[in-house]
Amino acid sequence: MNHRVRARVRQLWLCYRLQLKILLISPFEGFLGILFPLMFATATLLVYRVAGDPDAMAYAGLGAAVMGVWTSVTVSASTLLNRERWAGTLELLVAAPTPFAMVLIPITTAMATVGLVSVVLTLVWNRVVFDVHLAVESWPLFGLGVLAATVTIAMFGFLLSVVAVRYRTAWALGASLEYPGWLLCGFVVPIALLPVVLRPVSYALAPTWAVEAMRSAAAGDSPWAELGICLALGLGYAAVAAYLGVRLVESARRNATLALT
Amino acid sequence: MTNTRIFFVGGLMSFRAQFNWLNPWILVPSLLVSPVAQILLFAYVGRAAGVGDDRFFVVGNALNYAAIPCMFAMTFAISGERWGQTLGLVLVTPARRLPLFLGRALPVIVTGWGVAIFGLVVGSLLLGVQIEVGAWPALVLAVAITSFSCTGIGLVMGAACLRIRDGATVGNIVFLALLVFCGTNVALDDLPAWMAAVGEWLPLTHGIEAARGLAGGATLASVSDSLLRELLTGLAYGVLGLATLGWMERDSRRRATLERM
Repeated sequence: MNHRVRARVRQLWLCYRLQLKILLISPFEGFLGILFPLMFATATLLVYRVAGDPDAMAYAGLGAAVMGVWTSVTVSASTLLNRERWAGTLELLVAAPTPFAMVLIPITTAMATVGLVSVVLTLVWNRVVFDVHLAVESWPLFGLGVLAATVTIAMFGFLLSVVAVRYRTAWALGASLEYPGWLLCGFVVPIALLPVVLRPVSYALAPTWAVEAMRSAAAGDSPWAELGICLALGLGYAAVAAYLGVRLVESARRNATLALT
Repeated sequence: MTNTRIFFVGGLMSFRAQFNWLNPWILVPSLLVSPVAQILLFAYVGRAAGVGDDRFFVVGNALNYAAIPCMFAMTFAISGERWGQTLGLVLVTPARRLPLFLGRALPVIVTGWGVAIFGLVVGSLLLGVQIEVGAWPALVLAVAITSFSCTGIGLVMGAACLRIRDGATVGNIVFLALLVFCGTNVALDDLPAWMAAVGEWLPLTHGIEAARGLAGGATLASVSDSLLRELLTGLAYGVLGLATLGWMERDSRRRATLERM
């Protein structure tokens, strides 16, 4: 393997591993990042349980599992750069020879990994507490759908972290995106039920397609079209974030506003 | 006279100094956008599941969100002094503890009330929920009593934060418990019996029940039992909070842990 590629893979892996350790021992981003969506999934399933329709429970149970990935990434990613700023490490990251995007991507991927833990726990919780049986025709394709959701939400987090770089109280922005994301991505409510004016927003969100792919795989249909759209959107987020990241960092260096003090 | 001044002026000054969510960059996403988003999320979950009607979810979630400012502002008002290294100065004063801490609760109750009323009005407008004009004065009173009882549990949390470092995580856990156990989205009759039994002893439960009745056209007299129970629940938590504060204060002095971070 080329030396430069090896060095890049090592940097990405080290950055990912370090951030994952930090997140997993954080009570707010680790423990609460899992508990918060789990309890909202519980509240949602309690509503569905009143109707007593097993198919509807299975539908909601599957989507509810992905809520955790969205929460872990949006809430944490919006404050990503602020955390580095408060820790006094943002200047060091920007000044490092490693491209800024290559620093941010493994961090948001680590956040999405915490969400992946949430997916597994929520599926087990749904089974144990609500007796929701997840009937999946193709486990490999279903797993691919979960992975697509994780990766594309991480890319959305990458975009969010860059967009929120000049917002001192970005955590509030991230937290306020939590419920709209759960609703718009159709995790627990079919998008067909949403007002027509909101549907284009839903279709522009990659997790919408990832969840559709998971549902198709579970039902035994082909999920490839949904997976393709999902990954294309994820790549789009990454490209926009990489471009904006370079521009915003250049601007912050030129105007000496990186520290926001 | 001194006690009155400590109650009103001291309480307001402390609230303005410690509750940094009053910054519009935090207040708008956290206390205006999020409650409406939560109302919409569960209203659409209800529609998808074919359970309840929009009014049921608007009232439940608007009142549930009153808990956020009530708990967090009360926690910040007390634990913020510790982070600001001013707790020792506050507690060394000869001021009576009752007006000192209850004065801090009053602006919190008003904030919680405002957030819940905003959620009720905007949620009703967005979802087309009709609430009779004549029902609003009693509804406003029910929301005020519910905000008071949530502030009672906030006082307990504030006291606990003299010992626990991560108040934000604890606050979120209590909020999740209120979401799931208090009949916010599922009527107590439809919850498992043990959950309903727990909910009976928590703030919010009876306030939500009364507010739902009032929004549905019931008279104030017909829901007075529920409102009285909500008020008594709030008082019980308030007394528990003040007692815990006194205990934590004495214990912190004995162990010299008052300002330990």
